Amino acid sequence: MSSSNHIVPLNIYIKVLSALLVLTVLTVAVAQMDFGVFNVLIAMGIATVKATLVLLFFMHLKYDNKLFLVIFLTGVFFLIVLFLFCEFDIITRIPENSVL
Amino acid sequence: MTTVEAKTHKVAHHFDSADQEKAASKLGIWLFLCTEILMFGGLFVGYALYKRMYPDIFLQGSTFLDWKLGALNTVVLLVSSLTMALSIYYAQKGKNSKSTTCLWITLLCGFIFMGVKYIEYSHKLHLGLAPGDFFSYTETTTLKGLPLYFSFYYCMTGLHGSHVLAGMVLIFWLIIRSHKKHFGPSYYTPLECVGLFWHLVDLIWIYLFPLLYLVE
Amino acid sequence: MSVNYLNEKKGLASWLFTLDHKRIGILYMITVFTFFLLGGVFALLMRLELFSSGENLVAAAVYNQFMTFHGAIMVFMVIIPGIPAFMGNFFLPLQIGAKDVAFPRINLLSWYCLIVGAMVALCSLFFNGVDTGWTFYTPYSIRTDNGTIWVVLGAFIMGFSSILTGLNFIVTVHKLRAKGMGFFQMPLFVWALYSTAIIQVLATPVLAITLLLLSAERIMGIGIFDPKLGGDPVLFQHFFWFYSHPAVYIMILPAMGVISELITTFSRKTIFGYKAIAFSSVGIAAVSFFVWGHHMFVSGQSEWVGILFSFITMLVGVPTAIKVFNWVATMYKGSIKFDTPMLYANGFLFLFVIGGVTGIMLATLAFDVHVHDTYFVVAHFHYVMVGGTLMAIAGGLFYWFPKMFGKMYSEFWARISFVLVFVGFNVTFFPQFILGFMGMPRRYHDYAPAYEPLNQLSTVGSWMIGLGFVVVFFVVIQALLKGEKAPANPWGAVTLEWQTDSPPPHENFHETPVVTKGPYDYS
Repeated sequence: MSSSNHIVPLNIYIKVLSALLVLTVLTVAVAQMDFGVFNVLIAMGIATVKATLVLLFFMHLKYDNKLFLVIFLTGVFFLIVLFLFCEFDIITRIPENSVL
Repeated sequence: MTTVEAKTHKVAHHFDSADQEKAASKLGIWLFLCTEILMFGGLFVGYALYKRMYPDIFLQGSTFLDWKLGALNTVVLLVSSLTMALSIYYAQKGKNSKSTTCLWITLLCGFIFMGVKYIEYSHKLHLGLAPGDFFSYTETTTLKGLPLYFSFYYCMTGLHGSHVLAGMVLIFWLIIRSHKKHFGPSYYTPLECVGLFWHLVDLIWIYLFPLLYLVE
Repeated sequence: MSVNYLNEKKGLASWLFTLDHKRIGILYMITVFTFFLLGGVFALLMRLELFSSGENLVAAAVYNQFMTFHGAIMVFMVIIPGIPAFMGNFFLPLQIGAKDVAFPRINLLSWYCLIVGAMVALCSLFFNGVDTGWTFYTPYSIRTDNGTIWVVLGAFIMGFSSILTGLNFIVTVHKLRAKGMGFFQMPLFVWALYSTAIIQVLATPVLAITLLLLSAERIMGIGIFDPKLGGDPVLFQHFFWFYSHPAVYIMILPAMGVISELITTFSRKTIFGYKAIAFSSVGIAAVSFFVWGHHMFVSGQSEWVGILFSFITMLVGVPTAIKVFNWVATMYKGSIKFDTPMLYANGFLFLFVIGGVTGIMLATLAFDVHVHDTYFVVAHFHYVMVGGTLMAIAGGLFYWFPKMFGKMYSEFWARISFVLVFVGFNVTFFPQFILGFMGMPRRYHDYAPAYEPLNQLSTVGSWMIGLGFVVVFFVVIQALLKGEKAPANPWGAVTLEWQTDSPPPHENFHETPVVTKGPYDYS
């Protein structure tokens, strides 16, 4: 893969960091407000945008072999599988008396 | 700034070319990152399940955390990610001393992060908000299951912190090699691989920060 | 003898610090066989205790430790590293025409992880032992004696061995294939190892974090799996089986790869349905992540999840059956030669089908509730693990032995070993199906007198298996000392590893091979 020797321009790095810092401020800001059930979704949404920026530019996924993206997403996918089955189990279980 | 060419790197005997060797290394490190995601993922899944089961406990637990320190650490890690990426950028351009400086800044950020963590931990341990059996915080308003929140807090930040430490050791190793002028436009694979690991550590913190400090 | 990987360097240090994948493979072989011996002794002791009803040989507490050590040793130290780390290390690079695996140092590190992990695990012998079974279910594993943490940490360290081997193999397959070898010119053993490696990389980290949490639970009482503190013990089982069910395929997939090689070689015929077998390996790997809940039908998980898992589990039967049908179709009208490896391959087919079909029976929710934790389950997974994986290890050992050591073994005694192992295996485990139906629960040191006759039969069978493996051992030692010199290709096989010397030189091939035809072209 010759594309692995791609040099990302300096100003892109600077822009990405600025965006990440702005998003961090945004994370803190929205945490002070109450959106009801959307609180978690908004917080995780912003975090995912930040993560995507890190992945695409700092970790060069945008320019690199797409196999790496597949590997990364596979990991995330199986994590979601683990979560969904466990969550489905706990939601549909007959409620028991918790000690708490 | 004079451009210094890297000392020639010898390709290992079982590879045909430097390109093949580099591609193999990067594939290897990405697979390793995938295992890291699944390892941390177990904790994230546990967090999500218990947060839904005991929302009050997590809400109360997060009030003991100072979001300002969490935000500071977020900024520190993000900046360190930039300098890590820049050290590769300058290595690609053949500017060895700038590349080395960036590594030093990254390492410094690691120290700041761990220092802030130390302040946070010692403050909590002082209050008696210790993990599991050592939990001794007693206030009348405390919920009975509060230790569970701190179990997650210590497990997640502890595992993350150990990765920061590992990353710092690796970066120090890179600094030594960089001073010996091992890296340059034709060979900078170790920089890239450690860099990817460091970015992943940053990436995990991006999720940990809102999950632990900003619970609503 | 010419210069080869065995005599190229001398001395213990040249072995302990070797980076040659073949030597590391041999290190794994010695390790795995040593632990197999140890685990086997525990198995024989258990069967001896169960020879008659009542407390005969050891007390209940000691029996529980035998059971735990037998399970933990056989799973973590024998069958998980057995085929991938031993045969895979030796033959994966040879079969794809590479000089070594992608990361030789990491390869050696993974062997040390196994050794250190195993040593840590065996430390528990000095701390009141372990009696949780190899599954470490909470909350019992949180409360029982202190030896548990050693086995848990040992398994954690051995997990890294597995991850590093898997990672190495994936990169090797992607980057180091010989010129002209696309993915569909790879031998099926390589496909099987590749699928296994995917599972190792994806599943093992979850076990790592689970075992770390369990250790933290024991040291500090963090409460995540402890119901007394608000945790959910069933969640431990979810996390554990998210790894350990795919781990079952870490054990069986490479065995299937070995069988594909054996059947085509000894039928002297191109494998039937090459792509179907290749894809079914990947298919099994993928499905394996969606079925773990069938281990937990009576654990207290929700009935709805049980039903869901029961349905999905049936899917495993599809790619597995595809493989079996293709193997049988390969033999059809082939010029079959029943040399020892082929005998073991056919033994595999017979036993594995029984193990597989009883597996589908157990996947049925209602049936499983009936026989759960009885000897039916014990018989089922021994038919898959011993009848499947162990038969493949033995078959593969006899198939590749001439290549590994450049010596031929005694065909007569090798066949005797097959007869003993095969017959002994059925005598040991078939009665256990019946015992399970009769309701005999597993993991007890004692049973009602009504179960005695079948248990005695089973114990006699275990002696036959033991004798069979003594013969295997004897055949190997005899061949190493006095075996005739092996030709480069004694079986007339066509995959790349047979195109080089026996034993191979340090860099595997004198000239890097270029692949121009499919892997099983006998024309």
